[in-house]
Amino acid sequence: MIRVEGVVTRFGSRVIHDGVSLHIKRGEIYGILGESGSGKSVLMKEMIMLLAPTAGRIAILGTPLETIGVTEAQALRRKWGVLFQFGALFSSLTIAQNIEVQLKEYTNLTRKMRQALVHSKLTMVGLDASVGLLYPSQLSGGMVKRAALARALAMEPELLFLDEPTSGLDPIGARNFDALIVELRALLGVTVVVITHDLDSVFTIVDRMSVLADKRVVAEGSIDEILTSTHPFVEEFFKNEYTQKYREEHHHV
Amino acid sequence: MKCIFLTYTITNDRLALHSQGEWRLHTVRQVAQELEHLPRASDITWDFSGLEGFDSAGVLLFIDTLKRLEEGATVHIVGYTPQQEAMYQLLHQTDTTSPIEPPREGVVMRMGVEGVALYQLWRDFFTFLGHLVMAWVQTLRHPRNFRFKEIVYHIHRSGLNALLITGLSAFLVGLVIAYQSGVQLEKFGADLFIVDTVGISITRELAPMITAIVIAGRSGSAYTAEIGAMKITEEIAAMRTMGFDPYYFLVIPRIVALMVALPLLIFFADMMGIVGGMVASKLQLGISMGQFVDRLSEVLEVKHYLLGMIKGPVFAFLIAMIGCFRGLQVAHNTESIGLHTTASVVNGIFLVIAFDALFSVLYTELGL
Ligand SMILES: Nc1ncnc2c1ncn2[C@@H]1O[C@H](COP(=O)(O)OP(=O)(O)OP(=O)(O)O)[C@@H](O)[C@H]1O
Ligand SMILES: [Mg+2]
Repeated sequence: MIRVEGVVTRFGSRVIHDGVSLHIKRGEIYGILGESGSGKSVLMKEMIMLLAPTAGRIAILGTPLETIGVTEAQALRRKWGVLFQFGALFSSLTIAQNIEVQLKEYTNLTRKMRQALVHSKLTMVGLDASVGLLYPSQLSGGMVKRAALARALAMEPELLFLDEPTSGLDPIGARNFDALIVELRALLGVTVVVITHDLDSVFTIVDRMSVLADKRVVAEGSIDEILTSTHPFVEEFFKNEYTQKYREEHHHV
Repeated sequence: MKCIFLTYTITNDRLALHSQGEWRLHTVRQVAQELEHLPRASDITWDFSGLEGFDSAGVLLFIDTLKRLEEGATVHIVGYTPQQEAMYQLLHQTDTTSPIEPPREGVVMRMGVEGVALYQLWRDFFTFLGHLVMAWVQTLRHPRNFRFKEIVYHIHRSGLNALLITGLSAFLVGLVIAYQSGVQLEKFGADLFIVDTVGISITRELAPMITAIVIAGRSGSAYTAEIGAMKITEEIAAMRTMGFDPYYFLVIPRIVALMVALPLLIFFADMMGIVGGMVASKLQLGISMGQFVDRLSEVLEVKHYLLGMIKGPVFAFLIAMIGCFRGLQVAHNTESIGLHTTASVVNGIFLVIAFDALFSVLYTELGL
């Protein structure tokens, strides 16, 4: 589904990635972990063609991004939905218009069909229909995340990129969001790439993940495989009661 | 019947429907058309086992069609997958009828809304003026806390950096005025009066006006955009919570800076405009620089220069005040910055021209 090989990223003289490789399979929820500033968002931006890596290869849905043409790129863009770290809803459009905008531009649906779809997306992410008439500045932080997810889902994407979907949410809201992602995967069969710091999400929804540290991927695999890593950052990250409990429950101690 | 997404057979009022192909965003429009031409029947069996793919658009279409068919028939659904069932369960209670666009208002309603908005704008404007006076009083009471550093910074930005453009504009205007009046004066053999025309019109009217218009476009818009962006990112709200009054920290320094900078710019524009006139006189009428300057010192009374200069701080106050007011008016979306920046420049230039007319009337009445 997604193949990242030997990606190097440099901003001026600052090296952010130095040979990042990972591999994401169809239908899985894949986590990208790492401390603040380790280049998770930058890696995601490279996957969605907002940035080009300095070196290395990325292929999405079998299409290599280095050699992609304009029309191919445009077609590829419609196959994924992106939830940005800070929502990035269009501030001059209502929530409903935010969700509708791509449908209007890229499909031949009637107004009534678009309306039904907008409502179905709002239902899927657990927002009330009346929220559709509000503007982004009138929403709470958690509602912005949900609305942004609804917009990401508008084109029925095969692939969903989520940048810290649960950061800034209360614990209950965060768990609901996790449940929502799992449910969406079951419903729509989407592949989800999620950047997260949230240990709850890591343990409950993520199938496989990779950990970014020292400018590269220091561990990749399921949670059990990650826990066997002896890299200092991985040990630090997972050194807490949560992991302790998980290990006890799964007889790893 | 030949269809891509649907096949059916009908026997004695019994309709057997088979869905097939992909029912997705890009196809549902066509699927819907095919579904419209179904024959009537009282007993319908709808088989989904042939469906190759679907998404929520497909499911929504199914829900819609099912409702329609069930009005006149009993419908049996067979051959669906658990995934389709789950999606149906989630979506079939969705309220899909309530509008997603705010209702269109009628003319009367819109006039009312516009009227209220206008009233609010004026009310906000007077509130703004009130705050401004308060901030001034505070500034005068504690002159020590005066934000000198910020003022110097803004003078640098809106004054010094604007020298080139105001100078060039004034030079060109001087040149044009001299050329145009030169043609007329030459006919009467009153060549030397070109100096009177250029000297007085530049210092008294044109230099202040040209400079103010350039600055309204340049600094007025910048003030609006800066303050507006701060409003959107909630920086102004953050300032308020820390006890920093935005009028004191943002508005007053900008107004004071422009009131200092604009007269200086006008002085520079006076000189450049006269130089422009001088160049044109030399080229067209053959008046030498020496002659020009001699004549200038005879006819250009200091009063003309001062009358032009007095307008400087007034224009500056108007431009900076409108710029800041419009900035603070920006609402929580990016479009609003554009609207208010435009309004800021338009209002600023209009006020400059209106007040210039006012000054003219005033000067004439006072016999100056
Ligand atoms: N456009 C850019 N120009 C220069 N440096 C950049 C740019 N974008 C990101 N960086 C740098 O790249 C590094 C990684 O940034 P990135 O946003 O990917 O971090 P992150 O892992 O997503 O962190 P967080 O968890 O805080 O979101 C940072 O050091 C940042 O300063
Ligand atoms: Mg990030």
